[in-house]
Formats: sequence, C-alpha cells, structure tokens
Amino acid sequence: MLEKALNGNKYYWWWIGLLLACIAVGAYNYVLQFQHGLQLTNMSRDVSWGFYVAQLTYLVGVAASGVMLVLPYYLHDYKKFGNLVVFGEFMAIGAIIMCLLFVIVDLGQPKRLMNVVLHPTPNSVLFWDMIVLNGYMFLNIIVGWASLEAQKKGVPYAKWVKILAIVSVPFAFSIHTVTAFLYAGIPARHFWLTAIMAARFLASAFCAGPAIMLLLLFIVEKVAKFELGEYAVKMLARIITYAMIFNVFFFGLELFTAFYSQIPGHMHSIVYLFAGLEDPATGQHLGVMVPYFWTAAFLALLSLALLIPSTTRNCKPVLIFALLILIAATWIDKGMGLVVAGFIPNMFEGVTEYMPSSTELFISLGIYAIGALVVTVLWKIAVSVKKAAA
Amino acid sequence: MKTTRRDFLKVAGVTALGMAAGAGSALANSKGAYLPHYEHMAPGHQHLTAKRWGMVIDTRAFHGEEDFAPLIEACHKEHNVPHLPGKQEVKWLWTDSFHASFPHNHQEFLAERVHHSRYLLLCNHCDNPPCVRVCPTKATFKREDGIVMMDMHRCIGCRFCMAGCPYGSRSFNFQDPRPFIAEENPVYPTRMKGVVEKCTFCTERLAEGKMPACVEASEGKIVFGDLGDPDSEIRHILAENFTLRRKPDLGTSPSVFYII
Repeated sequence: MLEKALNGNKYYWWWIGLLLACIAVGAYNYVLQFQHGLQLTNMSRDVSWGFYVAQLTYLVGVAASGVMLVLPYYLHDYKKFGNLVVFGEFMAIGAIIMCLLFVIVDLGQPKRLMNVVLHPTPNSVLFWDMIVLNGYMFLNIIVGWASLEAQKKGVPYAKWVKILAIVSVPFAFSIHTVTAFLYAGIPARHFWLTAIMAARFLASAFCAGPAIMLLLLFIVEKVAKFELGEYAVKMLARIITYAMIFNVFFFGLELFTAFYSQIPGHMHSIVYLFAGLEDPATGQHLGVMVPYFWTAAFLALLSLALLIPSTTRNCKPVLIFALLILIAATWIDKGMGLVVAGFIPNMFEGVTEYMPSSTELFISLGIYAIGALVVTVLWKIAVSVKKAAA
Repeated sequence: MKTTRRDFLKVAGVTALGMAAGAGSALANSKGAYLPHYEHMAPGHQHLTAKRWGMVIDTRAFHGEEDFAPLIEACHKEHNVPHLPGKQEVKWLWTDSFHASFPHNHQEFLAERVHHSRYLLLCNHCDNPPCVRVCPTKATFKREDGIVMMDMHRCIGCRFCMAGCPYGSRSFNFQDPRPFIAEENPVYPTRMKGVVEKCTFCTERLAEGKMPACVEASEGKIVFGDLGDPDSEIRHILAENFTLRRKPDLGTSPSVFYII
C-alpha cells in the first residue's frame, strides 16, 4: 500500500518538501546539540527538564486520538466511526514517534539509550513508560495497517485485528496513566504530587488528541474531497467537549485544595504560573510564564463557552475556532505549564526561570515535522485506499 | 534425554578448560596484572566499613564562608568537580541559608545566629532514596553500607534523578566539564558531558581507610561514622545533641544530620 503515498499533486509534494526542510533544520541543530551537549538548551541545574519533556507530555495525550475512535467502534460497535478509525490509529503512530524522539533528544547520553532495555528497572516509571509507549505504537501500526489492507481487498478485518484493537484500549489508558506517574510519584515536587494527575492526563488527552485529529480531518475533507460523515463529526465534537469539561474541572480541584488549605508548598507553583514569585535570594519578582498561563486559562474557558451550547458547537466555523483555542490552551497547560512550574520554586525555595533556547525550538520543529510527515504519508494511503474501495 | 559417554566427555572437557582458565587468571592477579572489579569492594585490611554511613555537621562550629571554603575546595579538588559559573553549574558540596537549606522548618522570629549562618549542603545518602527509585538504568544505586552511588558509565542523562531528589543534590554535565577543572587529580576519574554526578561520601577514600575529604578538612567540625552501630561515636553525638535533617517529612530518611 505504501506506493499510494508516492502519488500526489503538486501541493502534496510542496507540503512534503516543506516538512523535509523543517526536518533538515531540526537535524542540523541536533547535530550541534549532540556535539556540544545540552548546554545549548536553556535548561539548568534547577529546571532540569524543559521544552522537550513538555512536548513528550503533551504528545502522549495527542496519541489518545486513536482510542477515542477505537473504543466506540470496536467495543460499542458504533459503526459511524468506521470510516475514521484508521485515521485515529495512524495519528497515534505519528504522536508516539514524536514522543520517543523527544525523549531521545532530551538525553545527555543518547548513545546509551539501550541501557534502559539492557538493565531493566521495574521500580522506575520511565521503564514502564517505554514499554507502554512502544506497545501502544506497535498495536496501532498492526491494527491500522491490517484493517486498512482488509478494506483494500474488500473483505472484513480478521478476528485477531479486533482482539488487538481491544487490547490497545487499556494500553491507551496506560500511556496517559504511566506518563502521569512520571510526575505524580516524586516526593518533593508539590505541583506534581497529586493523586488526580493521571485523571487530568486522561481528560486533557481525550480532548486535545481528538481535537487535533478533527481539525486535520477537516483539512483532508477539503483537499482530498473525502466524506467524514456528519454524525461522526458531531459525536467527536461531543466527546471533545465532555473531556474538556473534565479537564478544566480537575484543574479547579487542584486550585481548591491548594488555596483553601493554604499550605504554602501546594500554592507556590500555581502562584508562580498566575502571578509570578519572588526569589528570596535576590528579591526579584519573576514571572515569565504569567502571560502564557493567563492566556491558557482564558482560552480554555472560552473554548468551553463555545463548545457546550450545541448551537455554536454544530456551526463548523465556530467549532474550528473553538478547537484551535482548546489546543492552544491545553498545549500551554499540560506542556510548559505542568513541566516547568513543577521545578519552580526549586528545592531551596528559590526561583530559576526557564524559556526554551533557539536550539530547543529548532530541534522541536524538526520532530514535529517528522510526526507530520508520518501522519501525512499514512493518511494519504488511508484516503487513497478508502476512495478506491468506495 | 540420554547422556551418552560422548556427551559426558564433552562436558568434562569444557569444565576442565574453564578451571584451567580460572587458575590462570588467579595467577595473573597475584602478579597484579588484572584486578577484577569485586576486589575493590571486598573489605581489605584498611577498608573502612559500616552498616550505614552517616554524617553529623556541627553548624555551631562554622562561623563564615572562610570556615567552609577549605572543605569545599578539598572535595571539589579531590573529585575533579569543574568550576562552571551560572545556572548550569556542577557542585558536590556547597552552602546556603537556613531558609533555603531547611524549607520545611520555617520559623517565625528565628534566632539571629541561626538566621545568619550558612549551612553545608551535600547529598544526604538517604536510607530511602527517591533518586534510586526513579533511575531507569540502575545507574544510581544504594550500596550495602547505605552510600548512594553513581555509575557514570551507565547513566543515560535522562535527569529523572534530578527531578526526584528533594535536596537539589545532583548536577548534570550540560557540557564537557574537563576544560573547567583547574588542576586535575589524576587518581580520580573526570566525567564526560551528559551524565549526572553528586557527592559519593568519598567511597574511594573509605576503601583506602581514609575519612571523606570534607570530614578530614573540617578538623573535627564534621563527624562521620556508622549510624547502624549504637556504640559508634556518631550515635553518641546524636544521642547528646538536638539535630535537624533536611525535609524529614518526605520519608527519605537522610543520613546527614545538623547540630543547630
């Protein structure tokens, strides 16, 4: 089926060319980082994870695009998603590939990556994250490819495909849960030490993943003249709305616990995000994240205001706008907001701030381009097969 | 499965070969040609041992940065710790204020002396270390004697241990540290870029029967000993003095104590 990706119009090839150019920029910057070390990033002794780990955290959520279609289709026999399931699975593949790449570029000694496999350490959450991310990726590759091939041949998919698809559901839940556990089990980081972390990860994943997928499907609908199905789109929009309600509600729970209990450690990071904090050593007031986080909070509430009433949700231009701002809000909140604020204040109640360096941004651009290339090629194949079958 | 005479002879032959090779390597050891790794760890006659190594720092005996400087210099010289300015610095032993050192002990109207003092900070060699729990490759591990060690040849530089450590004890080599070592100690290895490092309670000195470098340089202001032995000097000092540990409420059980 791969040959179908080689057959496109000039816009398709321009797009592929643009992605390859971005990948080249990222690769060049990665070579520099590989030679000179992570000194080219703005990470520090105090903020030891930054933009890369923030993207990993966010993109794990994007991989939920798969399960939000697989679950209704294979488990509840919701036939209207039948035409779209493979798109969700293929986007999950792209998202997980990006996740794994973001882990690799964050390593100080990437050549020793295989030590995680050579010296398996079950007490480390990172070990389990490696297992569930790879497991979920391979399940999606196998299920997506096999079901598409069945459609190409005009036969129903095999029984084992359905079994693997159902197995992929707990795997999808586990990638969010285990990635949340990377943070939620660390003793001294108050911002992360919260039992609701995994639930927040699931909620934000189930809105952000399908939201990005739905926007991309609208593009496919336009450029490839591919019918999505009105009911399927409405159902997806409804799923996104409910998940976003939970996401915002769970964040509200964090606010209540922190500010009603008035325990300083619980409040510090949240105060840093919304108002900035004073560094006790220098007396300086620092709050570089403040405008971003207020933007995220405002966009999150606005997206809900537009998504909850069915009149606005069912209006396509409004829906597109609402999805865009939802993606921006969750990207700030679950990415930089969650990861960086966990390190502020530091272990000495001092404040060291962080914003990514140009190297970090260029490498990240390259990785996003790789993900976009994977999704483009896989979706191109899927659209071609489905159109030929129809 | 039937064991034939032929199989038996094969096994016997291989076993004999193995034994000969073993004898050969033992012979080589006696000549000092090759020392297997475990030889360094086996208690020799000078090797200092303990059930659980620990440290008591008498903060009353330190009166300013000039009292701390010789200790920090001794440590950083001994272990080839690079001098890197800025927020990507590497440090094993350093000082900070009471507020920064004991953030879980906020006291209103703190005694002036305590408020203005500096406190010596290092890896706490926790009895229940979160850094060991989170490391995905066992590059950081706890030894039988309680020391939390680093294998810098195994570390992949994921920095999960830095997120996990509640005491900010760990440094990452954001760049090649070697150009920033003023005077290299050839006896102790230097590090490469991309790995995490920290205080090791001077395991290399304990193996030679010496006290840690900072303890030696402190001239009695720091006592190092076996927390697992009720009759040890350190346990007597702990019984007689009120001490603090950093963030004890986290359940990590630090092995470094501060007499205030």
